[in-house]
Amino acid sequence: MDTIFALSSGSPPAGIGVVRISGPVAGSALQVLAGRLPQPRRARLAALHDAAGELLDQALILWFPGPATATGEDLAELHLHGGRAVIDAVERALAGLPGLRKAEPGEFTRRAFANGRMDLAEAEGLADLLNAETEMQRQSAVRMLGGSLSRKVEQWRERLLSLSAQLEAVLDFEDEGDVSHLSASFTSDLGQLHDDLAMALAAPSAEVLKEGYRVALAGPPNAGKSTLFNALVESEAAITAAVAGTTRDVLVRPVAIGGVAFSFVDMAGLRHDASDEVEAIGIERAEAEILRADLVLWLGPEGHGPAESWEVQAQCDRPGQQAKAAPRHRISALTGEGVDQLKADLIATASRAMPRPGDAALNRRQRALVQAGCNALATALQGADPLLLAEDLRLCRVAFDQLIGRTSTEDVLDALFGRFCIGK
Amino acid sequence: MTRFDVVVIGGGHAGCEAAAVAARMGAATALVSFDHSRTGAMSCNPAIGGLGKGHLVREVDAFDGLIGRAADDAAIHYRMLNRSKGSAVWGPRVQADRRLFQASIQRRLRAQANLKLIEGEVAELHVDQGRVGGVVLADGRVLEAAAVVLCTGTFLGGTLFRGEERVEGGRIGEASAQRLAAQLREALLPMARLKTGTPPRLDGRTIDWGRLEEQPSDSDPWTMSPLTKARVNPQIFCAITRTNERSHAIIRENLHRSPLFTGAIGAAGPRYCPSIEDKIHRFADRDGHQIFLEPEGLDTPLVYPNGISTSLPEDVQRAMLRTIAGLERVEMAVPGYAVEYDHIDPRALGRDLQVRAMPGLYCAGQINGTTGYEEAAAQGLVAGMHAAAAATGTEAARLDRGNSYMAVMIDDLTLQGISEPYRMLTARAEYRLRLRANNATTRLTPLARQAGCIGAERADWFADRENARETWQQALARSVPSLELANAGVPVKRDAGRMTLAEWLRFPEVELASLSVVLGPAFDPASDVAGEVAEDALYAPYLERQDGELRDLRASDSVRLGAEFPYDTVPGLSREMVERLSKARPDTLSTAGQVRGITPAALAAVLVHARKINQDA
Repeated sequence: MDTIFALSSGSPPAGIGVVRISGPVAGSALQVLAGRLPQPRRARLAALHDAAGELLDQALILWFPGPATATGEDLAELHLHGGRAVIDAVERALAGLPGLRKAEPGEFTRRAFANGRMDLAEAEGLADLLNAETEMQRQSAVRMLGGSLSRKVEQWRERLLSLSAQLEAVLDFEDEGDVSHLSASFTSDLGQLHDDLAMALAAPSAEVLKEGYRVALAGPPNAGKSTLFNALVESEAAITAAVAGTTRDVLVRPVAIGGVAFSFVDMAGLRHDASDEVEAIGIERAEAEILRADLVLWLGPEGHGPAESWEVQAQCDRPGQQAKAAPRHRISALTGEGVDQLKADLIATASRAMPRPGDAALNRRQRALVQAGCNALATALQGADPLLLAEDLRLCRVAFDQLIGRTSTEDVLDALFGRFCIGK
Repeated sequence: MTRFDVVVIGGGHAGCEAAAVAARMGAATALVSFDHSRTGAMSCNPAIGGLGKGHLVREVDAFDGLIGRAADDAAIHYRMLNRSKGSAVWGPRVQADRRLFQASIQRRLRAQANLKLIEGEVAELHVDQGRVGGVVLADGRVLEAAAVVLCTGTFLGGTLFRGEERVEGGRIGEASAQRLAAQLREALLPMARLKTGTPPRLDGRTIDWGRLEEQPSDSDPWTMSPLTKARVNPQIFCAITRTNERSHAIIRENLHRSPLFTGAIGAAGPRYCPSIEDKIHRFADRDGHQIFLEPEGLDTPLVYPNGISTSLPEDVQRAMLRTIAGLERVEMAVPGYAVEYDHIDPRALGRDLQVRAMPGLYCAGQINGTTGYEEAAAQGLVAGMHAAAAATGTEAARLDRGNSYMAVMIDDLTLQGISEPYRMLTARAEYRLRLRANNATTRLTPLARQAGCIGAERADWFADRENARETWQQALARSVPSLELANAGVPVKRDAGRMTLAEWLRFPEVELASLSVVLGPAFDPASDVAGEVAEDALYAPYLERQDGELRDLRASDSVRLGAEFPYDTVPGLSREMVERLSKARPDTLSTAGQVRGITPAALAAVLVHARKINQDA
């Protein structure tokens, strides 16, 4: 087994650059660079030299002997000054040592997983945590990393096992006179478990957290959508001009506002006599976007927007603009009037639609498995044949096992570890 | 000195099947036993089959084994257990006349080509450079063989307990193979101790049958082996009675005299079939336990009271029995007793039941920690088949959890080890819906034929049956509009569309018999093939879902680990995982996943390491 190393902090230049070394010769590598091994788990200042005796950096060094480490192996950390040249020099020095090589993407986590330091759900949580860009994403990922989904699934699994056990007892032992029927509460327990799964499925999904609350801006051409879009994403991302039909395609911009992830979608104006073919395609896409969005801000004539869209009176600074009677918001993207109120409203609404901090939200893979388990239980609730009932419960168990990674198909691993960038 | 391909030691159910299958496969085979007049004896209860166990009987039979047809030769009472449930958990079970069963087995062994029955005590294994190459008998004879199959049951270090009595030896009246046991112990095979018990044998002439609920033999004429044309013996009744508060009081007062409770027997007994003193101690709230009174034969008055195995002293047994309805004046022919015995930790064996540390030696039956004739017979078949295949350079049939209960059992034993005598249960089989007792032929006979395990009679019968099955499948694949069915009197809506007959069968109100008009007179819905094909149709949606799982199972079965896999060098694998995996020595990743307590993380670590080894290789 090679010893691997990589820069584990952000790309240089930065205030600090943390290089991690994991594997059987991590200790000796540290010793070569720093001259000695520090006391385990104590930060120490050390001068790092390469093989030629050249001083590389004054760094903070840490030594974690395995197996009780993040990767389950011997682990060393070098907290370097975060300049590109420093980091390059240290990496060159490490690569020159026998048994050391640069880590591949996700390899640290892969080793942690392989060494039993985390289960699949926790590893997914870590991936999410490292990719988290907003406070809400971070809180949810921390939960996942802490095994909150794993614990929940374990509890479901326990309940399921006790139901299966009852059923199996009836199947195998009823005729021998020692076990009689299923307990009186069997069906209600089964129903309760089904409802709990259904409830977990009804909760907001992790995708909302990751991809952001999707807000589409809609209205006829030249209604001020792109101007508002720019005001919301606070940059000049879309081309704005006073000619109707400028935004022909769909423009999506993910941003974080007040710790909440949003995806704002700007798109072609809805005009039903579009003569230009390109624009017609744009309008088609816009209609699809409206269906996909979590919320539509309607800038067109009052009452003509999609159902449940927010009536927004845009360009309220513009003279001669037909005023809406009861808009939810009146704004001027040019003067900034009303934009803050709109943002506050969006944050409040989006927060309600997102997984609550503390809930372990399900991602797409997890959701599909919980759904499979839930479906199996639904079939079980309708069935009368204990044999088929037992098979339904087994299918649910298989789904749970996959959820926490008891079956390790290579696909799951590859998909999971492919998501990590080097050194995490 | 005499040379054989395969030498089988022990004439119990495992030994008989092992010797017979090896001989069927063309290996020159010897079956060695103390006393061949006792070969094929039913040492405990007079029944063959049951839940899970009936599946094993049918599977051994699908390999042309002995137990199914011998059971039919001896059956005096047929009962299909669990008939109220789906057919996948039906448990065919017969009461067998001991004398007839033993006679049938002995007759079949004597008629078997390539098989020599040798009487003698095996003194020791003949070991040459770490390989077992035969046996040495007590009288000095040496039997050389490429493979030796050890099926010595409870004879290994057995001790018999009854109240304050102690008798060294296996069953009543037989010597225990102490010398062989010592040799195995010296070989440092991992051994452990288990216990098993029997109930007293009653004199049926002293039972008041008239007072008891009768249980007649099933009236429909099913048989254990599909090759049996018809039942041959008169069918008799069993009866049911119960223990009561008075019986329980007597047991409670005398618990201190039971070796189970005095600590004399320390070994683990079964959880699922506890002795009556266990039942009363552990399930104190129950006011009675069912007892099946099972006649042991047509020309013997002995009755086996199933459900009250015990090691209490004789006087307590008698007093307890006489509190029970119908047994007020009962006489015991032989009191019950408990046996404590050594077994090999089956994790020392590969999936071919060969001892890893002693190549050439195979173990089957109770010696591996199982209980029951059927479990023994199935292991005997598997061990004998592998021994013969290894000795003659042929290929054994590939069994896995997706095609047989036999593989489920062997996986469980060799990977998990045991903490109590292992008994087959349908709950152990994940793919139960496809592993039915009544489709064992379809599942396994093709594999058995390919491995050379079946004789000409079965081969011909099987070819005919496959034709019939094919014809049925084609008939049920025909797409039929609901109107045609409705007109034929089948209870379906007239406008329910078109479906294949197989799909129509999934509606609970559509029965195979009611399709007769549509199918035509050539199709007998009561035939065994019809039942199987109809069930396939019924379970099809479930079976299709399982197909995906089985593909996964077989894919991870292709990640080979082998007996030499260096678990101790897999980075970060915890000590506990290394220990469990090193004991079980799973041969593939899928079997590693079945080892108890192996975490997904450990599995992933093993997978990653296996991939790395394969890359480096």
